[in-house]
Amino acid sequence: MSQQDPVNTDSAATAPAGMTPREYWRKNITCVLWLLAIWFVVSYGCGILFADELDQFRTPGGGIKLGFWFAQQGSIYVFVILIAIYVRFMNRLDARFNGKQG
Amino acid sequence: MDVQAWTFLIVGLSFALYIFIAIRSRAGSTGEFYVAGKGVPPLANGMATAADWMSAASFISMAGLISFMGRDGGVYLMGWTGGYVLLALLLAPYLRKFGRFTVPDFIGDRYYSSTARLVAVFCAIFVSFTYVAGQMRGVGIVFSRFLEVDIEIGVLIGMAIVFFYAVLGGMKGITYTQVAQYCVLIFAFMVPAIFISIMLTGNAVPQLGLGGEVEGGMHLLDKLDGLSKDLGFDAYTNGSKGTLDVFCITMALMVGTAGLPHVIVRFYTVKRVKDARMSAFWALLFIAVLYTTAPAVAVFARTNLLQEVPGKRFEEIPKGLQKWEESGLLAWTDKNSDGKIQYTKGKAFNGKPQFKEKDGERVLGDQGQGLLTNEAVEGTNELYIDRDIMVLANPEIAGLPDWVVGLVAAGGLAAALSTAAGLLLVISTSFAHDLMKKTLTPDIDEKRELFLARVGAAVAVVIAGYFGINPPGFVAQVVAFAFGLAAASFFPAILLGIFSKRMNREGVISGMIVGILFTASYIIYFQFIDKDAKPWFGISPAGIGTLGMLINFAVAFTVSRFTAPPPEEVQEMVDDIRLPETDEA
Repeated sequence: MSQQDPVNTDSAATAPAGMTPREYWRKNITCVLWLLAIWFVVSYGCGILFADELDQFRTPGGGIKLGFWFAQQGSIYVFVILIAIYVRFMNRLDARFNGKQG
Repeated sequence: MDVQAWTFLIVGLSFALYIFIAIRSRAGSTGEFYVAGKGVPPLANGMATAADWMSAASFISMAGLISFMGRDGGVYLMGWTGGYVLLALLLAPYLRKFGRFTVPDFIGDRYYSSTARLVAVFCAIFVSFTYVAGQMRGVGIVFSRFLEVDIEIGVLIGMAIVFFYAVLGGMKGITYTQVAQYCVLIFAFMVPAIFISIMLTGNAVPQLGLGGEVEGGMHLLDKLDGLSKDLGFDAYTNGSKGTLDVFCITMALMVGTAGLPHVIVRFYTVKRVKDARMSAFWALLFIAVLYTTAPAVAVFARTNLLQEVPGKRFEEIPKGLQKWEESGLLAWTDKNSDGKIQYTKGKAFNGKPQFKEKDGERVLGDQGQGLLTNEAVEGTNELYIDRDIMVLANPEIAGLPDWVVGLVAAGGLAAALSTAAGLLLVISTSFAHDLMKKTLTPDIDEKRELFLARVGAAVAVVIAGYFGINPPGFVAQVVAFAFGLAAASFFPAILLGIFSKRMNREGVISGMIVGILFTASYIIYFQFIDKDAKPWFGISPAGIGTLGMLINFAVAFTVSRFTAPPPEEVQEMVDDIRLPETDEA
């Protein structure tokens, strides 16, 4: 214990879950990278790079080609959901870090 | 009541509301003036951010632009919303944790350098002025078309309103007027969209109407593809831009969005980091309402246009469309003298329409159309139509009630004024806080700084108004500039400041300067000097910010490897920004 740096001792006292700043940061980065991967796949993947291939399929009801839909509407819905997931994840992570039940 | 009376009434009421809110929320301190005392609830901040971000371009121009671009229009839809994901995940929470007032504040403190701060101030002011000129112009166009006053008077009225609440209320006044403006603009955008969606597809939700069926059981988009091809256009749902170009433009718009100072600063106005994340969610949700409706509006408008205009005589097309000829946004030149409008791919003539005049009056043809002095170019297309008409004229083309038309005018004004106010505030804070207080005259007291901020806002309003009345002929191209610069300067600098502890002063300054120089010279060369030159790898100037950003990253990394790491206290600051705040802060 005595060798630990002051920051770590501090957080160990307040965080029963035993989360260090380093762990907190790593979890944060992992979450962000996953979400950005999805962000990239729906917009640049489905909406641009593979739009032509996806255009062979259509949205339920058959009204809109799938690639076109991703480029003009679908990606935006996914963006909103991504931020919602991020908010929820981070709020819980913060609460755990601060030693409270989320 | 006629259209004009309705417009006066609705616009008048909305203005009265903004002024009322402004008087209620005057700023008393620099904290209130710059960041609304950091006490804005997330939901309200989300709405304010949405109104701040959605400009005259989003409201008036975007759906029209998409309606002429078809699938390629997706670059705007994805670009201008996807940036929020970057903002919410990578920038907003950390900048809020950092605190302070402005973006140059962060750059200056994180990179322990007043040079870095000054580069940031310069970018912030340049980006904001570029943008604000377009907003003032938008105000003028709406006034002149709907209220039939001169564009100059329209701009002056707009200036007076913005002056009132931006100078008096600062961020506090702006925030709550923006909340009201969001409500006005979203209502004004949705009502005609819903009406037209019902008329065309029988579905009251425009987002679903896009995939709906028209009379006869055909899908709306298939019908539009058919109409387009019959007239010699490309199919609406096919793209015509190169994939790499679309990729780069989308990326530049996203990263540019995330780097725009007037949007970033909105996240400084909430109480806690948690609230900053939450308001980013609300903001994108509120923006998404308009941005998922816009592609539907684009399709509705395009379908109506292709059904109502080609092959008709000028006097037969809807009156709501004819009226735009007076403002020079529509023109017809009867190339083959058959008395009917031929509308197909290609230009009717070069440049903007120049109407033949005699004794100050237009010379009219036998159908009441203005005759043109422009020389016709090859091709059979006879119609000139400005994209901006599509949203504004849509309700009239579709024959909607007069009050809807008045509502659209009020919505366009709300969108333009809210964005203008946000930008003016960035200019005034950059001037009073970053330039005067932090750099030139550090020993002024708060009262004096607040006074300077008000003076800065006032001067900025006047300059913006001047550009609104005498617009530089290249407003549209300059917007590419604003995004490119934000993408190539702010975004990498802030991102590295948070995620790379090793990044130092030397790295970031050289990165920003090289990024800006590269992007600026590319845009200036291909946009102004040699317009016909073949761009590199087919990347248009609007997308070059993406490459500028990559170059910025590369230079910053390389230079920082060979120079001293940042001082201890800066590294501690970065550590602190990354950790959540302790509760009940």
